[in-house]
Amino acid sequence: MATTLAKAAEGTAVEQTHAARIEHVSKSFSGPAGTQLVLDDVSLDVAPGEFVTLLGASGCGKSTLLNLVAGLDRPTQGSIATPGGRPALMFQEHALFPWLTAGKNIELALRLRGLPRAERRPEAERLLELVRLGGAYGKRVHELSGGMRQRVALARALAQDSQLLLMDEPFAALDAITRDVLHGELTRVWEETNLSVLFVTHNVREAVRLAQRVVLLSSRPGRVAKEWTVDIAQPRRIEDADVAELSLEITDHLRGEIRRHGQH
Amino acid sequence: MASTDTATTVRKDDLAGLEAGLDALDAVELRRTPVREVLLKKVLPPSLAVLLVLAVWQLLVSAKVTEETKLPAPSAVWDGLADMWLQGTLLDVIWTSVSRGLSGFLLALAIGTPLGLLVARVKFVRAAIGPILSGLQSLPSVAWVPPAVLWFGLNDAMMYTVILLGAVPSIANGLVSGVDQVPPLFLRAGRTLGATGLKGTWHVVLPAALPGYLAGLKQGWAFSWRSLMAAEIIASSPDLGLGLGQLLENGRNNIDLPGVFLAILLILVVGIAIDLLIFSPLERWVLRSRGLLVK
Ligand SMILES: Nc1ncnc2c1ncn2[C@@H]1O[C@H](COP(=O)(O)OP(=O)(O)O)[C@@H](O)[C@H]1O
Ligand SMILES: [Mg+2]
Repeated sequence: MATTLAKAAEGTAVEQTHAARIEHVSKSFSGPAGTQLVLDDVSLDVAPGEFVTLLGASGCGKSTLLNLVAGLDRPTQGSIATPGGRPALMFQEHALFPWLTAGKNIELALRLRGLPRAERRPEAERLLELVRLGGAYGKRVHELSGGMRQRVALARALAQDSQLLLMDEPFAALDAITRDVLHGELTRVWEETNLSVLFVTHNVREAVRLAQRVVLLSSRPGRVAKEWTVDIAQPRRIEDADVAELSLEITDHLRGEIRRHGQH
Repeated sequence: MASTDTATTVRKDDLAGLEAGLDALDAVELRRTPVREVLLKKVLPPSLAVLLVLAVWQLLVSAKVTEETKLPAPSAVWDGLADMWLQGTLLDVIWTSVSRGLSGFLLALAIGTPLGLLVARVKFVRAAIGPILSGLQSLPSVAWVPPAVLWFGLNDAMMYTVILLGAVPSIANGLVSGVDQVPPLFLRAGRTLGATGLKGTWHVVLPAALPGYLAGLKQGWAFSWRSLMAAEIIASSPDLGLGLGQLLENGRNNIDLPGVFLAILLILVVGIAIDLLIFSPLERWVLRSRGLLVK
């Protein structure tokens, strides 16, 4: 069964040069303590089918940027284009609706996307199959483990049939073994569907484990500090020597970025 | 190339197996409580409490702490109940009040729900009537009986007015606080899925607010019932038919203390029964299905 997602992504890959284009984006928040510049002149492209991780210390504005790309907030300056339509977004918390079963959560996404009623159930089951949760259709959210919830959340995000998947530290709250497994699942799903992924994390090894390209964001204000292309064949493992080596290099840069803030 | 291919498949198979193992280890086991346990933990304690109250009551009567006109024996109250049952009036009296209470409550539901939604979702409406609505909750609804009598006279319209003024604020406020407590994460998740505007209200806000709404309904019922009893006691008239409130008032007029006790007990029992039969199961079902009810 060929995935419709893969087809859609391939079809548009010919016409489009990017899945997301972030151009000179700045964002400031004004609060009682004055205006805080969180993102400063950030420019970043995500190519169709590309897997990019956005790396940065806590509070550097990663979630802010992702919210802007998701259209949940507007940039103060600059522009953001997502030619493939509204991106899908996954959070650190699963954000599944507890009043619906796993399957119905996915069907809600399908329904809101406009899929006819008769096609929803088979499509939801196919998506659950894709994240290897074939038996979970009728399960309530609270009956699932943390890792299973994130996989259902992934399936729900995929149900949007968007070309771009935004992920905001989706595995940060999971234990190491489960996270490893989900890294493998995400890589597999990404390869099978040809999605573009913009994945936010503060974990350097996770960034290197997953991405084709790692973008390091500086803190206060958030700017693109440096980029690395990751030329390591998938499937990788987080313990691989190549992964460790590049992680070390990136970690040194990240530490340098953080250290700058202690110098005044 | 061949060797990398096999390495790949081995790794992938590993992943599936590992995942199945993790899922099995992590799966939450749910157990239904056996009937015996329910009886032992849920039914026995309140039954014992009721028996204890009856025993103390009987003891006080037997010890002649006060004259029998001030404290009737449980048996006298029981006789009154049996009389009403034999005359066939018991169920009529109860039904007169319950049907009034429930239809008043349903009317309050039909008004309170859209009102609550409006207050919760429209800033101007909230600023305008939000404070009044929560203030009304602390006004005893018995205060509405005199004006309602003056507006409508002694009839059902006056009863329903009092019920509505008592219950609508509770129901609306329950919905408002339910909506206010919807986690922002759900709203953001809904928006990324395309649930905005009315779709967002229908698919995300309302279901997420259901627990708060149900708590409001429960309170709304309690207020309906209280308001109705107040109205029946104060404004009793033969035209209105005999309800529980009138039964109580008649007991007072006839200096029939067992009758008064009986009426009070019936009012209490009916109020509790409706809550136990309708609202509690509804609330438990909603909370349980969301994993919000431990045990
Ligand atoms: N809605 C908001 N209002 C005011 N300040 C905000 C808001 N959202 C984020 N911030 C601030 O922006 C900075 C970056 O936050 P965030 O994007 O969540 O960081 P990250 O996800 O990288 O940890 C923080 O200092 C935070 O306090
Ligand atoms: Mg964040």
